[in-house]
Amino acid sequence: MTVQAFAFYLFATIVVASGAMVILARNPVHSVLWLILAFFNAGGLMVLLGAEFIAMLLIIVYVGAVAVLFLFVVMMLNIDFAALRAGFVSYFPLGGAIALVLLVELMLGVGAWQAGALNLAQRIAPVPEATPNIEAIGQLLYTRYIFLFEAAGLILLVAMIGAIVLTHRARGGVRAQNVDRQNRRRPHEAIRTINQPVGEGVDLGGVEP
Amino acid sequence: MIGLAHYLVVGAILFVLGVLGIFINRKNVIIILMAIELILLAVNINLVAFSAYLGDLVGQVFAMFVLTVAAGEAAVGLAILVIYFRARGTIAVDDVNRMKG
Repeated sequence: MTVQAFAFYLFATIVVASGAMVILARNPVHSVLWLILAFFNAGGLMVLLGAEFIAMLLIIVYVGAVAVLFLFVVMMLNIDFAALRAGFVSYFPLGGAIALVLLVELMLGVGAWQAGALNLAQRIAPVPEATPNIEAIGQLLYTRYIFLFEAAGLILLVAMIGAIVLTHRARGGVRAQNVDRQNRRRPHEAIRTINQPVGEGVDLGGVEP
Repeated sequence: MIGLAHYLVVGAILFVLGVLGIFINRKNVIIILMAIELILLAVNINLVAFSAYLGDLVGQVFAMFVLTVAAGEAAVGLAILVIYFRARGTIAVDDVNRMKG
C-alpha cells in the first residue's frame, strides 16, 4: 500500500466518522468540534488531489471563520439542548430509511458511471504544466472569471450587511452625546445674568439643565 | 492508486450523512445548519475530484464559489437564529410557522 493510498484511507475514514459524529453528538459544542475535524481532513483529501489552494481555503474559511461563528452562537445562546433532542429516536427510522435509499441510489450512480467518450480537448481550462496550483487558479480567476469573482465578493458583502442589520438592535435609554447640539449652543443661551433681589427665590425658568 | 470513484464514494457518504442529520435533528436548527455545511463539503469534494481527474481547473474555481455561498449562508442563517432566539427564547424549529405575518 503506497503512502498515498494510506493517506487517502486515513483522511476518508476520519472525515466520514467525524461527519457522523457531527449529527450524532449530544452536545452541539462537540458537534462543532467534530465539524472542524471533518473540514481538516477534507482539506487533507484536497491536498491529495493536488488542489492546495482549495485545501487551504477550506481550513482558513471553514475552520477559521464558519466553525468559530457556530461556536460563538452555540455558546452565546442559552439553549436547553436536552429538550431539542427529544424525538431524536422517533425521527431516526424515517430519516435512516431515506438516507439509505439515497445512499444506494448514489452508489448505483457512481457504479454505473463511466468516463465514456469525454472529449478532453474541449476542457475549458486545462491544468497547465509546471505551474503551481495557486498560480494557475489565480491566472484563471483574475481573467476569465473576474466578474464571477466580483459577484462572489458582492455576495459576501450582502451577507455581511444582512447579518449586521438582522442582529443589530437599537438600545433604548442610553444617554448618548449629541455633538451637533453641543456645537450649536451659544453663551447667551446658557448664561443669564440677573440682579437677584434679597429674600426672593431664584427663577430657574428658561435655563436648560 | 486511488481512483476517482473513491472520492465520489466519500462525497456520497458525506452527502447522505448531511441529509440524515437534517432528518434526525429536526428540532435543533444549529445542527441542521452544520448538516448543510456537510452537504456543501461533499459537493466540494466531488467538484475538486472531477477537476483533478479531468485536468480542468474550472471545478476548483467553482468549488471556491460554493465555499463563498456556504460562508454567506452560515452567517445569515446564524443571524436569523440569533434574532429568533431573542424573540422566542428557544430555537425549536418545529413551530416556526408562528413567525408568519
